[in-house]
Amino acid sequence: MTIFTCILLGFLVVCAIAASLSKNLLNTILIFMSYSLIMSVIWIMLESPDLAITEAAVGAGVTTLLFLVTLKKIHAIIKKDGGEEEKHE
Amino acid sequence: MSKKVSDEQYQKTFSFKFRQWLDGTKDPFLDNVEMKKQESFHEDEETIHQREEDKKHLTEKVYDLEHNAEVRIFRKIYRVFCVLFCTFLVLMLLVGVSYLPTFGSADNPANNEVAARYIEKGLQETGAVNIVTGMILDYRAFDTLGESHVLFIATCTVLILLRLDRKEDKIAYEADDRSHEPKNDVILQTVARILVPPIFIFGCYIILAGHLGPGGGFSGGAVIGAGLILYLNAFGFAKTEKFFTAKTYRRMCFGALACYSIAKSYSFYTGANHIESIIPLGTPGAILSSGLILLLNICVGIVVAGTMYTFYCMFRKGGY
Repeated sequence: MTIFTCILLGFLVVCAIAASLSKNLLNTILIFMSYSLIMSVIWIMLESPDLAITEAAVGAGVTTLLFLVTLKKIHAIIKKDGGEEEKHE
Repeated sequence: MSKKVSDEQYQKTFSFKFRQWLDGTKDPFLDNVEMKKQESFHEDEETIHQREEDKKHLTEKVYDLEHNAEVRIFRKIYRVFCVLFCTFLVLMLLVGVSYLPTFGSADNPANNEVAARYIEKGLQETGAVNIVTGMILDYRAFDTLGESHVLFIATCTVLILLRLDRKEDKIAYEADDRSHEPKNDVILQTVARILVPPIFIFGCYIILAGHLGPGGGFSGGAVIGAGLILYLNAFGFAKTEKFFTAKTYRRMCFGALACYSIAKSYSFYTGANHIESIIPLGTPGAILSSGLILLLNICVGIVVAGTMYTFYCMFRKGGY
């Protein structure tokens, strides 16, 4: 196993733990998205490019979008008057 | 437009009824099933009071741990049994794991003649250069058919949960959807204008070259669906509804699933080994080769792309 793969796998573990421990829902979604991206790189290194394409499109793209839309619908992301984003828990 | 049959006669034909059923313009249960009007639920003040009083009384009685010996004993036994059950489960699973063959060993049951046959004869029998596609769309096409239907059923479920039927609800939801949305964002629109055509072309390429290289219906469909969502985000519902509405989705999905089922069912009826096909396999490596696989890939791609987009629309404004 190369060093690069080791770094990616370590990042995967860090992402998984960070996503479950993060208190901010928006941050959790972004971490989850980066998890999917790293996973798609790992799929390429495991020589399965078709899975990598699917992971990048579904995991990083569509799922994240659906999560974000849901957060907006339940008003978990609201904007202050100053334009700064504030989060609810 | 000249008409050979009158309107009344036309409305009795099968094709008209089929179209009505497909568009959902007529409720098949209306006038055919006897329906009772639901009465609104009424309860007078005293009953409510009585009910709440009873509930309070019961809760107090049950959770009064100092005077209720039964609950106390039950809780203790419950905890003991929890620990025992968990220990038993963990032990059972650990023992089960210890019987599993060594990971990666050559004489595992997974390394049998099936995989060898796929690798040796896959190209010859299915005509697909990509062995994975040959496997999932020829040897195991039945699985993929089921997967497409699972996607379709998932959309139906989301539709049942999120669809808004009343017009007032829809308008309110849409206003809420638009309230904190940057309208006509120049950066997003410029990027979308540049990116969306390559994304669509790439998705089509993945679908069409599924039997030649990595890719296939599912991944290509997901890419096209993501491109559609990007286009929708940049330009809004007014532009996408010009070419993609609920009706389009229904027809596309129905057509693709029916096409898949019909194309594959002949081989299911002729037995498990459906290698002898009337469709020529063609030269391996050419785009028009490997029999039905290209058609099935396109069908799966259409279903997946439509489903992705529909999911997003349902989440955004509950129907489109």
